[in-house]
Amino acid sequence: MTTFLGTPTFQAGAGNIRGTESFPDAARKSLADTQLRANLGAATTTIRNKRIAAVAEVDDWEDLRRAGSALKADVMARLPELLVQFEENVTARGGAVHWARDAEEANRVVTDLVRATGSDEVVKVKSMATQETGLNEHLEENGIAAIETDLAELIVQLGEDKPSHILVPAIHRNRAEIREIFLKAMPGIDPDITDDPRALAMAARAHLRRKFLSAKVAVSGANFGVAETGTLAVVESEGNGRMCLTLPDTLITLMGIEKLVPSFTDLEVFMQLLPRSSTAERMNPYTSMWTGVHPGDGPQNFHVVLLDNGRTNVLADDVGRSALHCIRCSACLNVCPVYERAGGHAYGSVYPGPIGAILSPQLTGTTGHDDPNASLPYASTLCGACFDACPVRIDIPGILVHLRAEQVDSERRGLPGGQDLAMKAAGFVMGSEKRFAAVETVSKVGRVLGGKKGRITSLPYPASKWTASRDLPAPPKETFRQWWARTHEDTTR
Amino acid sequence: MTAREEILSRIRSALTEATAPEPIPRDYHRAPASGPGNVELFAHTVDDYRAQVHRADESTVAEVVTGLIADGARAVVPPDLPQSWRPRRDVVVDGAPTTLSTLELDALDVVVTGCTLGIAATGTIVLDGGPGQGRRALTLVPDHHICIVRTDQIVDTVPQAFQTLDPAKPLTFISGPSATSDIELNRVEGVHGPRTLDVVIVR
Repeated sequence: MTTFLGTPTFQAGAGNIRGTESFPDAARKSLADTQLRANLGAATTTIRNKRIAAVAEVDDWEDLRRAGSALKADVMARLPELLVQFEENVTARGGAVHWARDAEEANRVVTDLVRATGSDEVVKVKSMATQETGLNEHLEENGIAAIETDLAELIVQLGEDKPSHILVPAIHRNRAEIREIFLKAMPGIDPDITDDPRALAMAARAHLRRKFLSAKVAVSGANFGVAETGTLAVVESEGNGRMCLTLPDTLITLMGIEKLVPSFTDLEVFMQLLPRSSTAERMNPYTSMWTGVHPGDGPQNFHVVLLDNGRTNVLADDVGRSALHCIRCSACLNVCPVYERAGGHAYGSVYPGPIGAILSPQLTGTTGHDDPNASLPYASTLCGACFDACPVRIDIPGILVHLRAEQVDSERRGLPGGQDLAMKAAGFVMGSEKRFAAVETVSKVGRVLGGKKGRITSLPYPASKWTASRDLPAPPKETFRQWWARTHEDTTR
Repeated sequence: MTAREEILSRIRSALTEATAPEPIPRDYHRAPASGPGNVELFAHTVDDYRAQVHRADESTVAEVVTGLIADGARAVVPPDLPQSWRPRRDVVVDGAPTTLSTLELDALDVVVTGCTLGIAATGTIVLDGGPGQGRRALTLVPDHHICIVRTDQIVDTVPQAFQTLDPAKPLTFISGPSATSDIELNRVEGVHGPRTLDVVIVR
């Protein structure tokens, strides 16, 4: 993506979409956390099995996936006209549309809108866009308290923690840890509360109830925006979304420009794909849809802020573009062997897992080998499970390979890296039959290093670069060529 | 350049090389409704969410609804709920003569409404603020929602629902009571929305 540097039309996305250390470094820490691995393993196994059952009920699932994929491709191709149409329709129904080039501008626009209401407090519906821009922190800096109302976001907020999953941000916490967090940070909680999930959920209900009933301003994201009608949709479970979208006087919705669908009836596709893929339910408990302002019902002041923040970078890449089709269901996280073990924090960005590995580096662009986001396309086994699970058929493995190639190409000039050297050495050896045969003989040493287990766990530099992250299988007793020579005596020269 | 102009211009230059998308395949089930939806399937899918399903006919709705309201509970109804659906007891009427404040609503226990349609495939009821449904806050704040669905309002599929719904109205899709799965993915019914959902299917 470095090719974009110097072309002023493109601007890198910023905010909470780049970590401070590379994926291998961050993953090493989370892999050592056995509690985290147990919590994650249990949660992802549960949801994986439930999703398969929910999807199996739908006999036109593949047709829905193909329709969803084509609809999103159509939206990307016609994005300028659809955005303008969406703006016209929201405005015609009494809403106001604002545009934000990047995270900072989005935060500023939202903060100014909140200030104009005179309120110093907002209730929030869980939203990836506001996580991305770091809106809560920005509001706090400007003297406005932002209260997360989704249970998992509340756990993260009270625990002064970071979300680690798109749908279940506190998936890395178990009930005992959540009880500790509540006891520490929730005023007025029963000190004898058990770690029963129901008891904890009811404590959150009591804690947030007064906030909901008195809040003047709410901030939300949007799952879908409909170009044809100006309708916005929020899909949720707890009713905290309905509370925020219905009771306050003012509603401010921050939405990525890619969240559009062309027409209202197109929601018939996504409202089938999303719930079964994300929470493995036939339908989520609550979905709210509103179009501008509804006199006498719900907020009478409505604003929508359209966010770019690097999305146009992604759009410019013919192969990587479909990362923008993502409907944030998180199915790819739950099936990913790498996510299941490393956890969401290792990805640095608010978008973890396979989709994060392709989305984050494209949103930010990468600045070179040491950019943490440059390591993300390698955070995968390329097993393909994410593509199978994706309800809108995003070819995540294909895009991972594409981004790896771009990264390697961008590093061709300058000092060659470890991978470059390894590949050059391999090329030299394999370029000549004699050299290859010689190396095969030497590789027998590996059998000794491998010992009885047949695995080499550490090698000296530069091979230590490889064995630091994974074992190397010891070479077999006999190479293929030796086996061939022994069993096909007549055919060898 | 304004942010609007700049973003639109960025998108246009990002798309200069783009290939035209393929037509959208609509091979999924989207046949329009033909006759009434599958009432038994609707009852089953609603029940699967741990919402309670009850049956009535036009003459017994009020009786069934009344039986669902706990002793001493205070009930609220929208002003245009059909008389024959109203519980046989004192009820507060929202909007007649005045609209209740949020705090007044919070002091009430039960709300009784109709709906605009039900979806059998998913066990979903949809409210659009039309007759007998009230404004959105009404079905949100009280802890117990009794929703009356006529069998002729049930459609089979999600696409059939979208072909009927009017996006100009505020829409609320409800599938079971409020629920969370945020703690170890254990489903807990009842967080912020109504903790009890009773669905009365009227033949």
